Amino acid sequence: MPERKKNAAELAVEMKQITKRFGNFVANDSIDFDVRRGEVHALLGENGAGKSTLMNQLYGLYLPSSGEIFINGKKVRITGPKIAIARGIGMVHQHFMLVQPFTVAENIVLGCESVRAFGILDTARAFREVEDLSRRYGLAVDPGARIQDISVAMQQRVEILKCLYRGAEILILDEPTAVLTPQEIDFLAEILQNLTAEGKTVIIITHKLREIKKMAHRCTVIRRGVKIGTVDVASRSESELAEMMVGRAVSFDVEKTPARVQEPVLLLTDIYALNNRGLPALKGISLVVKRGEILALAGIDGNGQSELVEVLTGLRPVESGSIRFRNTEITDFPSGKRIDMGLAAIPEDRQKRGLIGPFTIAENLILEERSLPPFSRSGILDLQAISRHAKTLIDRFDIRPPREQYIASSLSGGNQQKVILAREITRDPELLIASQPTRGLDVGAIEYVRKRLVQVRDAGKAVLLISLDLDETLALADRIAVIYEGRIVAVLDREETDERTLGLLMAGGGAVHV
Amino acid sequence: MLLESIAFIIATTLMYSAPLIFTALGGVVSENAGVVNIGLEGMMTLGAFVGAAVGYFANDAWIGFLAAGAAGGALAFFHALACVTFLADHIVSGIAINFIGPGLSLFLSRYFFDGATQTLSLSLDAKIPRPLNGVFEQNGFFDMVFNQYATVYLALFLVAFLWFILYRTRLGLRIRAVGEHPKAADTLGINVLRIKYLAVITSGVLAGFGGAALSVAIVSRFSSTLVSGQGFIALAAMIFGKWKPVGTLAACLLFSSAQGLTVYLGRGDLQRMLPIPSQLLATIPFLLTLAVLIGFVGKSRPPAADGIPYEKE
Amino acid sequence: MSDEKRKLLAASPLFFTFFSVLTGLLVGALVLLISGYSPLKAYHVIIDGIFSRPSYIVYTVIYSTPLIMTGLSVAFAFRTGLFNIGAEGQFIMGALGAALAGAFLHLPPVLHAIVAALAGIAAAAVWGGIAGFLKARFGVNEVIATIMLNWTALYLNNFIVTLPSIKRTATNATAFILDSARIEILPLWKVSEAGRTWRAMHPFWHDIFRTPFNAGILVALFLAFFCWWILNRTTLGYELRAVGHNADCSEHTGINVKARMISSMAIAGGLAGAAGALHVLGWTRQAAELAAMEGLGFDGIAVALIGGTSPIGCIPAGLLFGALKYGGSKLQFALRAPIEVVNIVIGSIIFFVAMPKLLRIIRRWLEPKKRQGGDSHAA
Repeated sequence: MPERKKNAAELAVEMKQITKRFGNFVANDSIDFDVRRGEVHALLGENGAGKSTLMNQLYGLYLPSSGEIFINGKKVRITGPKIAIARGIGMVHQHFMLVQPFTVAENIVLGCESVRAFGILDTARAFREVEDLSRRYGLAVDPGARIQDISVAMQQRVEILKCLYRGAEILILDEPTAVLTPQEIDFLAEILQNLTAEGKTVIIITHKLREIKKMAHRCTVIRRGVKIGTVDVASRSESELAEMMVGRAVSFDVEKTPARVQEPVLLLTDIYALNNRGLPALKGISLVVKRGEILALAGIDGNGQSELVEVLTGLRPVESGSIRFRNTEITDFPSGKRIDMGLAAIPEDRQKRGLIGPFTIAENLILEERSLPPFSRSGILDLQAISRHAKTLIDRFDIRPPREQYIASSLSGGNQQKVILAREITRDPELLIASQPTRGLDVGAIEYVRKRLVQVRDAGKAVLLISLDLDETLALADRIAVIYEGRIVAVLDREETDERTLGLLMAGGGAVHV
Repeated sequence: MLLESIAFIIATTLMYSAPLIFTALGGVVSENAGVVNIGLEGMMTLGAFVGAAVGYFANDAWIGFLAAGAAGGALAFFHALACVTFLADHIVSGIAINFIGPGLSLFLSRYFFDGATQTLSLSLDAKIPRPLNGVFEQNGFFDMVFNQYATVYLALFLVAFLWFILYRTRLGLRIRAVGEHPKAADTLGINVLRIKYLAVITSGVLAGFGGAALSVAIVSRFSSTLVSGQGFIALAAMIFGKWKPVGTLAACLLFSSAQGLTVYLGRGDLQRMLPIPSQLLATIPFLLTLAVLIGFVGKSRPPAADGIPYEKE
Repeated sequence: MSDEKRKLLAASPLFFTFFSVLTGLLVGALVLLISGYSPLKAYHVIIDGIFSRPSYIVYTVIYSTPLIMTGLSVAFAFRTGLFNIGAEGQFIMGALGAALAGAFLHLPPVLHAIVAALAGIAAAAVWGGIAGFLKARFGVNEVIATIMLNWTALYLNNFIVTLPSIKRTATNATAFILDSARIEILPLWKVSEAGRTWRAMHPFWHDIFRTPFNAGILVALFLAFFCWWILNRTTLGYELRAVGHNADCSEHTGINVKARMISSMAIAGGLAGAAGALHVLGWTRQAAELAAMEGLGFDGIAVALIGGTSPIGCIPAGLLFGALKYGGSKLQFALRAPIEVVNIVIGSIIFFVAMPKLLRIIRRWLEPKKRQGGDSHAA
């Protein structure tokens, strides 16, 4: 990609021939990366492509194996975050680095606190400075609020303020839009505009093409540790960018024949339930899921989706209301019984709830059927039967590496998800609940999982999809229900709606009759 | 008679609370920085021995007291080394300390005291003094309650001091940050390892003081059955106190009041009225601890990164 | 040895345990040296004290028997995600149960022993189950709960043992168990007229019969294999391990986590109780008032950790431990060296066992910085 060589001083960041090795694995291979002052530059690549690794070197969390870094034309050696901060670099990580029980102000000043005599904290000054900064850049925060009580969007603003408080001129944002609604993403775009207007430079690491088009001036694509090229965002379409990212043509549409919807299999009536803090999480949920369809539950994280899934799988008690599954009242049934009846679930946190990390693939594949023949007779395990079963599923679902004695925690995210899918789908469930089934997977695995979900639906079963990714929701769903503050505020057919409308509903606006 | 009983119970409560408070505060410091310290019992035992032995040879309890802190700190250094630098499992390392602490104490006791498993007693005037002795009318209510060893007052002061450090100073903020989210602290340039070492060694020093508060104040010598589980009761107090200094103080007072009650009910005059066998009385502090944990634990939560070895990428 | 093989060997857990034991012994040697004793002489006394006579070897086995079982107790609980510090109290309950059943029931031989053992195991299983229940139902940390229960067991034991209807006159211990409950090998015959005559002609056996050589070791070995079998070959073991690794996921797939926690602690309690019961039935023949805890339960923690928390590993670990304890007990007499050096050695071994990453980190420090920044990370 021919680029006009800019004057070195106009480049806020220049990374030359950066290579980073971890043992034998090459995460970054001779990458040249430069960012102009005052621009928003996107770093695009799949999960595991090496973009976070590259930025971690800019922030001093890693040292390059070889290569040089220049900040504002001066060569620097960034040996730690402290040096990076001193050089005016700030980073907002994908998983926020915020201390939950501390206040906003405490989090912002941590590490460079103003003190009075004897190391006593000067809280009043911290508050003042935070308020000043917040006003100047239009980042609304409440200095005295505790992180555990504020919204995700506000937490992100706190993270940005942390960087600005330390005088950052160059800001690195790692996957900033993963946790935001469409409206909040628009706000973020505005914030980035404010920042660049003040002369700041912003680098966003992302794999979300739409946001790149919305926010960035230029985009550098990384694939498998190698830089593919740098382009002007305005001159490329989303599919062109996607092709650069993945290396082949990517279709965003999932091949789907129209749904052949049949009778309802799951009926929720007026469900009330509390969350872990004893506060109401579900306030009268009523929902119907039918055979042969994919019903997607759309909503911002934290509006009751997790609690709803727990209520359905039997992990959370119901205060009032009824759940009918296959014409049976299962409200008080324990998890095991629901599983036996044909309820299957792919949990949102696959490592926490979906797999037993230290168990082998084979052991994980029989989790729900461990006490049934042929895997177990009179309480004694039949290891041969378990092994045979594992080999079959590994083959059918293309799980890699294809060794059933492999420990589950050593598998890649995509393969872990395949193990869970294999386990749940081959039980031939009547209802499959899939929570965030493609989170953290690379494009190939994402395509595979979506295809499988459609297959389940085509086999005449019901799928309840919970996804925070609106693109995924719109691609897969036959019907969409929107959850907001523990209530279903809308149920729409896919054709009736779009991203805008859903975004609005998810944020609580324009409640539509159910 | 009633007033006398109340005074007696309050007095014994305060007296027995000092060793618990020191040790439990040690636990608070360590765990707020994210390092679980089950080895408090071992550090307390070593402190008790060193306090008594050094106090005996120097004929001065305060020198013994300080030496006890140093000994506890030294033992804690190894715990820090294992957990912070070598990423050991905190609980297993603590268990090792609980073997080494008493083992070393008895070993040294035999070595220095002619094969005996207890040290020789300090003379009465070499023990920790009672600063308010003679101020009040002898054996009156105020005398019984307030005429305590200096270690009791030191312990109470330490509660306030530690509260202040943890919640009002920069150091305390950083300690708590390291215990909640070490990665965040690290990316902000805070030296996570140094803070953890500091916290663990401090906890050892405090546990050492706790042991000495037993051996050179309450009694006047070290013996193999002196500490007997109080390090663990201190741990329970810390959990009950939700890892905060003031709550921990309240818990320590509660547990030592159980011990006070046990002594009270075991008194001759009461045994005639209410003959509870001494062995069953002895179980009161432990059953009380359990009852309290049943009622309260579900609602408290340790620092988020407590017990998790922090590995820099 | 090829580079690849050396790497594999160095990474194996067996090598690591071996390394920890060696280092622990070195620490003990250092402590002895500093205090003016000769480590070589001391270790010589220990080795001699274990191997030089048949009766010594047998005593080592007898010392090891309860340790193997308390080790199993801790290891089993560990495999299921629980830390059983309460083996000590469970041991006491097992001993008490067996002593009472052995002294006050009247049953034919062998059957009496079995029933007495089961009584002890049951009592201890209940004791362990209490801790499991407290954790499952109330979320009480099992480390603290079991420690509290240890002390409660101690004082409860003292209370019961000194009850006038139970204790033996002029002592603070229960009545001796009846001969029908003993599991010692040929206890009556070996001191009888006929037995003595035979022994005089067979010095080897004569020496061995001096010891309370009993069937406990066979039970211990059986239990070790039984534990291994349960954990790895049964559905119950699968569920217990699943809960131990990941309670959240187990719950999600329909395993009754609370019930499993209780089962786990009950089984662990029963194992420690077996140790106590067999200790009484094979050796002490009574339950006595305790001034302090004997420590066999705590030692079980060390055995489990040294044995890599695997049931089979408890056998060699228990034997090592028993050897150290028994051999160490001779130090006082032979060299006037404190027996606590054994505790220090054991503590040091555990200390090193706690740091599996130790070798890896040391190797990383020693490796020369090959390339600029190679594997090195920011400070």
